[in-house]
Parts: sequence; C-alpha cells; structure tokens
Amino acid sequence: MDTGIYIHVPFCARKCGYCDFYSGKFTKELSEGFTDAVIRNLRAFSGEHYTAKTVYFGGGTPSLLSTEQLRRIMDEVRRSFCLVPDAEVTLEANPSTLTAEKLSGTLSTGINRLSIGVQSMSAEELRFLGRNHSPERAAKAVADAAAAGFRNISCDLMLALPDQSADTLMNSIHRLAELPVQHISAYILKVEEGTPFCQQGIAELLPDEDRSAELYLTMVKELEALGFMQYEISNFSIPGFESRHNCRYWQCRDYIGIGPSAHSCHNGVRYAVPPDIQSFISSPVQQTEVTDPSPCGPEEYSMLRLRLKEGLMLSRVPELRTDIEKKLPLLLREGYVNYDGNILSLTPKGFLVSNQIIGHLVF
Amino acid sequence: MANDKIRNFCIIAHIDHGKSTLADRILEKTETVAIRDMEEQLLDNMDIERERGITIKARAVRLKYTAQDGEDYIFNLIDTPGHVDFNYEVSRSLAACEGAVLVVDASQGIEAQTLANTYLAIEHDLEVVPVVNKIDLPSADPDRVCSEVENVIGIPAMDAPRISAKMGTNIEAVLEKIVTDIPAPKGDPDKPLKALIFDSYYDSYKGVIIYVRVKEGTVKVGDNIRLMATGAVFNVVEAGFMDATSLVNNGSLEAGEVGYIAASIKSIGDTQVGDTVTNNDEPCDEPLPGYRKVNPMVFSGVYPADGAKYGDLREALEKLQLNDASLSFEPETSVALGFGFRCGFLGLLHMEIIQERLEREYNLDLITTAPSVIYKVTMTNGEVQYIDNPTNYPDPALIRTAEEPMVKASILSPSDYVGNIMELCQDRRGVFKDMKYLDDTRVELHYELPLNEIVYDFFDVLKSRTKGYASFDYEMLGYAPSKLVKLDILLNGEVVDALSFIIHADKAYGRARKIAEKLKENIPRQLFEVPIQAAIGGKIIARETVKAMRKDVLAKCYGGDITRKKKLLEKQKEGKKRMRQLGTVEVPQEAFMSVLKLDS
Repeated sequence: MDTGIYIHVPFCARKCGYCDFYSGKFTKELSEGFTDAVIRNLRAFSGEHYTAKTVYFGGGTPSLLSTEQLRRIMDEVRRSFCLVPDAEVTLEANPSTLTAEKLSGTLSTGINRLSIGVQSMSAEELRFLGRNHSPERAAKAVADAAAAGFRNISCDLMLALPDQSADTLMNSIHRLAELPVQHISAYILKVEEGTPFCQQGIAELLPDEDRSAELYLTMVKELEALGFMQYEISNFSIPGFESRHNCRYWQCRDYIGIGPSAHSCHNGVRYAVPPDIQSFISSPVQQTEVTDPSPCGPEEYSMLRLRLKEGLMLSRVPELRTDIEKKLPLLLREGYVNYDGNILSLTPKGFLVSNQIIGHLVF
Repeated sequence: MANDKIRNFCIIAHIDHGKSTLADRILEKTETVAIRDMEEQLLDNMDIERERGITIKARAVRLKYTAQDGEDYIFNLIDTPGHVDFNYEVSRSLAACEGAVLVVDASQGIEAQTLANTYLAIEHDLEVVPVVNKIDLPSADPDRVCSEVENVIGIPAMDAPRISAKMGTNIEAVLEKIVTDIPAPKGDPDKPLKALIFDSYYDSYKGVIIYVRVKEGTVKVGDNIRLMATGAVFNVVEAGFMDATSLVNNGSLEAGEVGYIAASIKSIGDTQVGDTVTNNDEPCDEPLPGYRKVNPMVFSGVYPADGAKYGDLREALEKLQLNDASLSFEPETSVALGFGFRCGFLGLLHMEIIQERLEREYNLDLITTAPSVIYKVTMTNGEVQYIDNPTNYPDPALIRTAEEPMVKASILSPSDYVGNIMELCQDRRGVFKDMKYLDDTRVELHYELPLNEIVYDFFDVLKSRTKGYASFDYEMLGYAPSKLVKLDILLNGEVVDALSFIIHADKAYGRARKIAEKLKENIPRQLFEVPIQAAIGGKIIARETVKAMRKDVLAKCYGGDITRKKKLLEKQKEGKKRMRQLGTVEVPQEAFMSVLKLDS
C-alpha cells in the first residue's frame, strides 16, 4: 500500500497572530525529544512495508529543526518505509531560518521541496501579520534555495488583508513570479477563533465580502497569466509542480500523520493525535483518537474533489448523481460550475462560495 | 351563612399598581393562607402572568374576616383580568360582585385601563372603594391622586385608605371599608336557580370547573343543571368554594354566594363565560342579561418551524383551548410555511400569550404571520364575506364595498406628549373625537381608529413616544367602509403567501417599502441574487435586492484535517434547516417575524 507521511513540527520562534495551528515555543531540548519521538513512531510502521510517496514537514516552523535532526528523521523514513526514488519531500520554512548553509544541508537529507512562508512582498503587510522577515529577506531565501539546488519551491501568500489593494497584491504576485518559484499557495486571511487576531478584533478591519472576492478573482487571473495554473481553491503551480502530498488529502488517499495534532487517513480510518507535545514526547507510541471511522463516503469524496480544478466525476458517485444534476442548471447559469456531462468542476467564482455550493449539492 | 355577612368584590388596578400585592396582603390578613405557605402573589398562578405582572384568567377565592364590629364576614375576592383584550371577561367578573376596590398608584394616578374598568364597574352598579397604594414611594402624592379620582371618576375619595400593600401598611382600613361600604348580596335561596358563569378552567381529574355567582336559588351536589346558552345538561358532582390553595367541596351554594361547580363537563366549549346556570328540573324563566359569545378579533397563521411538529402544535393548541374557550384555530396551509393553523385571538396580548405559551410550555418553535383583523367584503353579487386571512381576499374587481373594523380608543397621558400621540394617531388613520384634561398635567384623548392599525405595534410605539407614560384602552365600534388593498410580497418573482396582508391603499406604498427593506436586512446573501418585490395586483410598488453571496470558502487545508471541514459543512446544513426553502430562496424564520414589527 502506498501512503504519504505528514510530520507536524509543533514549535515556532514566535507565534503569528493569525495562526491557529498547534505550536509552542521552540527550545533545543524540546526539539531533541520531539525528533526522538518522531523516529520511534516511524519505526512503529517498519513491519508494514508501506511505500511512502510523499513526506511533508508541516508546522509550526519545521525549518527550526537542525539539519542533523532532519537527517535522522529522513533516515528513519527510509528505514521503516519504502521511500520511492522520486518522492516529494516538503519542508515548510520560515524565510528567516533559511541560510545558504541550512539550505544545502536540508537538500542533503533528501528534502527536495520547500514551502516558504513568504505571505506578502509588502513590508507593511508583513508587519501587520507579525512576520519577522522583510520582502527582501524572503526574496533572498528563495534565490538562495534555488542556488542551493531546490527545483521545487512553493511560496505562501495571503490575501484579503486589511487595507490590501489590488495593487499591493499584484505587486506581491509579480515579485514572487520573478523569483525561481514553481508553486504558490494563496490563502484568504480568516480570523480564527481563539487567535490573537480574533481577540484584537481584526475581523472588523478585513475587507468586506465583495472586495475580498474581487481580490481573489483578480489574483487567480493574474497568476494564471504568469503561468501559475489554479489546481485547487488556494493552490497554483507551473504545470507538473502541483503539491502531490496535499493532493492526497483531496483525493481521499492514504496518509499517516505523526506529531501532536497531526491527522491521518490510514487503513480506512481518520484519526488525530492529541495536541500535546509533552504527551507525544513521553509516549512510546503516539496516542490517537478516531475522528471518523468510515471516511471517504460519497459526500466527503465529492466535497474534497470539488476543491480541485479537475473536479468530480459524477460517475464515481452514482448515489448522488441524480440529486446533483437536478441542481446544476441554476449553478451553470450563474457561472459557478462547469459540467461536461460527467466531470463537474467549480469555476474561480464558484470556488469563492464553495462552502455553499458543496453544501447545496452534496450535504 | 346569612347574606348580610357576605361581601363579593373585585380589585381594579392598572398593571403594576399593586393589585396582586394587595390581594396577597388581604389573604394574609384574613389568615386564609398560613404565612409560611405564601408564595409571592398567590392569585396569579400562571408563569407568564407572573412574569408580565398581568392576570390573565380570573380566579375567585373565599376569605374569612372578623371585623371591628366583632362579626365574622365572608369575603369573596374575584380576580379580574386587567387587559383590554379580556374586556368581556372583566365585565362578567364585575357582574358577579357588588363592589370593586379601585387601587390607584399614589405617584402615577389613574391610567386608561383603570378608568375603563372603573366605568365598567359603575355601569354594573358596583360600589367603588378607592384605595391609594404605594404611599411609601418618595414620589407619592396621595392628595393629588385622591382629587384626581374625585374629578375624573366623580366618587368621593378624600377618605380613601392610603396604604402600602408592599409594606403591609394600613391594610385593615381596606378590609373595614369592604365591610362598611360594599353592600351585601341580595337573592332568594328558595327561588329557581340562576347563577352566572364568570370563569372556567379544565381540570384533568374533575373536568371543567366553572366559577359561578349564584344570583337566585340554590345548587346542590346531585342536582341536574342546565347551561342555558348552550343547552347542555350536567349532574353536579361538587359545589363549593376555593380557598387560597384548593377547592373545598361543601355540597351546595346559595343565592349571594360565589363558588365553583364541578359536573364532569368534558368540553370547555360548553361553559361560556356569561352564561346562566339553572336547574334543569326547575328552571328559571329567563337567563341573566349580558351574555354574549366571545369572538376572536385578531387572526394570525401559526406554523411549526419544523414541519414535522405539526401534530405537536395541534395537540398543544387543543390543550390550551381546554382552558381558553376564546382561542380558536383551524388548519390552514401555506405554500411558504406548509401546514399550520389559523388562530383567532381576543386581541394582541392574548395572541402573544398564546404564542409564548406554545413556545415555552410545549417547546415549539413557531413562525407566525402578521396579525390580521376580520374584513367585511360585499361582493358585486351582493354576497357578504368575512375575510380573516389575506390569502383569501377576493379579486378587487368582484368587490363592491370593503369594510374594516373600527375601535374607540382612549389614551391617558401626561399632557406633554399630546403632540406625539396626535401625530401617531393621525399616522394610524385615527379620527380625533375629543380631549379632556384630567388635571393640570394629564389628559384623556379619544380617537376612532381602524383595528388593523393597532394590531401591529401601536401600543409599543405609543409607549416609546410617551416615554412609557401613556396608557391605552379600546372598545369595538363596528365596521366602516375603507379603501383596502391586498399587498403581496414576492421573492424571486414568486408570491410568498404568508407575507401577504391587507392594508389601506394610502399606506400601502410606505409599508411596502419598509417591508422590502426589512426583508433585505433579514434574508442572508445566498448563491443567487434574490429580488424582493411588493405588489398590489400585478403592479410592483417597491423593490429591493439581496445581492448574491460572494465569499464563503474554507481556504486552508489544515494539515489534512478533513473532519473539521466536513463538520463545518454539516453545521452549515443544520443552520439551513432553520430556513424556509421558497423556490430557490432560503428565508430565515426571523425574516417572517421581522415584518411584524416595522417601527421598532
């Protein structure tokens, strides 16, 4: 059986105001204990002979792990799994952590893709987001990564920030496109409950629904004009550079999550690891809680497939087909979807209201 | 018990002027209830009554009082509903008494409701005993209030007991006044039975309990009684009185007495308030005067928010009707709201109380349509139709004349607000009748108003425009010709029947615009643009648009946490269950409710 491995690295130098992922303050001891625990958990699978097609270090700030720690983990991946030769191995990285030395070290561990948290190429917006890098630092990190030999570089971008105009957003996009970048993840900022942004009432400052929608549509058009084709609601790439790991989520494929708060869809069950670094470090094998004993039913499958530009083949969900087709004419008329008689996919305008459309069609 | 030792009386008071508190003190002083058994305000025994401080259903209680003359007296305290919706019930309660204690707040003076009920008491030849309450308040001005009572009502009031029911001050003075001023009942226990029904309620063990005032004759356990209006005959199982907490069956009731009868009566519809009870074997010649059937004045569609709860709603209405014969309902269907009931109420308060009880006691989520009055429509072929549901309003081409019910409204207010009140009444198509100064600062205004102008929100607006000082009462005047039109509301081009209503042609445009605006505020943006139109016949007179939704997306992928996404969509679906699907449009329940109160 083939799978993807997700490793959640739950610490940061400091936490960003908008982030609601599980992560705590970075210390050296913590990272050592964490690395050991990841290795123990990888080893727990060694008898299974799974083929690993992707590995993804997410966080938190995985680039805070030392080259040595990353190497130990990658070595264990190769020992306990059959890691395919062309595996996609991604590290999420903060630009300020990416020195030339760190980059070449990282590449030598087998990591071959970087997802760099650039977020914006406007100094003002970066200040607002509480990022500790400048646009110049971000540009240099990307250039250095390419120079070090990375051929698959993704950058994160945020849109619908307070006072963000189409101009500043376009400027960020153009500056990124001039760099050796193959993939862009562009997220509409959402103020999540319990985050500092939420407490500060940032939600009030965000552009309204209509302006956010305009920014998104402008961005999609511009990115595609620059060769970054949309393949998912928030993801764009030069063709061939789609994130294979993230696509596993949307294609209902198997993935194994390791680390506190990591999620898995493995052996026909969805489960999660409790968000507790101490318990993760001290347990011989991580604890898990089943979140869904029978995932990937037709509704869920449709929900995930409709996030992708390639869309949903209705022949794959015969039990929903009649209901869905009945509702299509109005959606087609409004330009929310495309339909060729079998494949149903959302347009950018449809992606913007995808919760409604998916809810309307599937749930 | 000799009749000359009986006193039958009620208490008349405006809301919050202390009727219930005084009743409690009287109960306490007459030791009808042991102090430790006292719950605050015993007479009001429905939750909603207590919360709103309004007594809805009359109750009667028998008390013993040893007066300063050394004699023992029987007091029958008959509690009356204080609100205009229950005007007829009040009049029947008054007809059971010889006297009325008029409670006036020492700082606020007489209010419209008090005045209306006092006039009603005087009409029934009741001896009115004024009492000035709340003298403990810093703002109390008993002298001014006493002279107001003398000027306005025309009864002597300078020696009225000045009390504080709350503090228990001077309550004996009230009791003594009841003995000395209120006449003893008359009536001959040997004559054929003639008893007035002034209230009834359903008891699940004993059937309907009727409260009666025996005017002539005697009723005993085992007698066959006949209820003269309905003609129903029953055998008396219990006859007695009610002390503060329970029914006491003492086997008979005689002329002059107030008490209850239980006779295994199954349906409250048989026991009409105002009807006369007589002996079936030895009937009286004619019933007591003043009976009339109570007719609902205000109608509204009541629907379960969840269509599956239709059966529960019917059951709840049936149960409520057991105790409230004035509530009427029949099934109706609405394209927009599904299966429900057209319910008839005595008035707005009655409607609100019923709706609240349905929601609270029966745990139902309701959607109600705008209240409607009964319009009288004469067709070109001479046929007369009464329309209580706007959906049934006939094609205007077939109508010769349309008439609407009118009321005579009486408003009492500090004179400072006269301008505001006149403006409001004029705006509601009122015709000014007269205005009287009660004293230097207070006025009484009379207006003739269409009932349909006061069923929405008149009282709320009146309160807000007079800082809460004005009080309001009305009585029915009959029908008057009117320029009526049916206003339809269209969502996405389709008429929403539940939102249609009948309105005076001159006001249609303004209201149409307001409703369209309200709906726009209350209908959330959705996948498709929603045009909102208001139309008379085929003519659109107002339009708003709910723009299509632009953004509702989960952008992030949360490290493969799919369950979270799915839960979000499932929650969204739950939320939509609370919406009504009208064609492609999803309308939240609040939208239906929002159009009911346009000025607030």
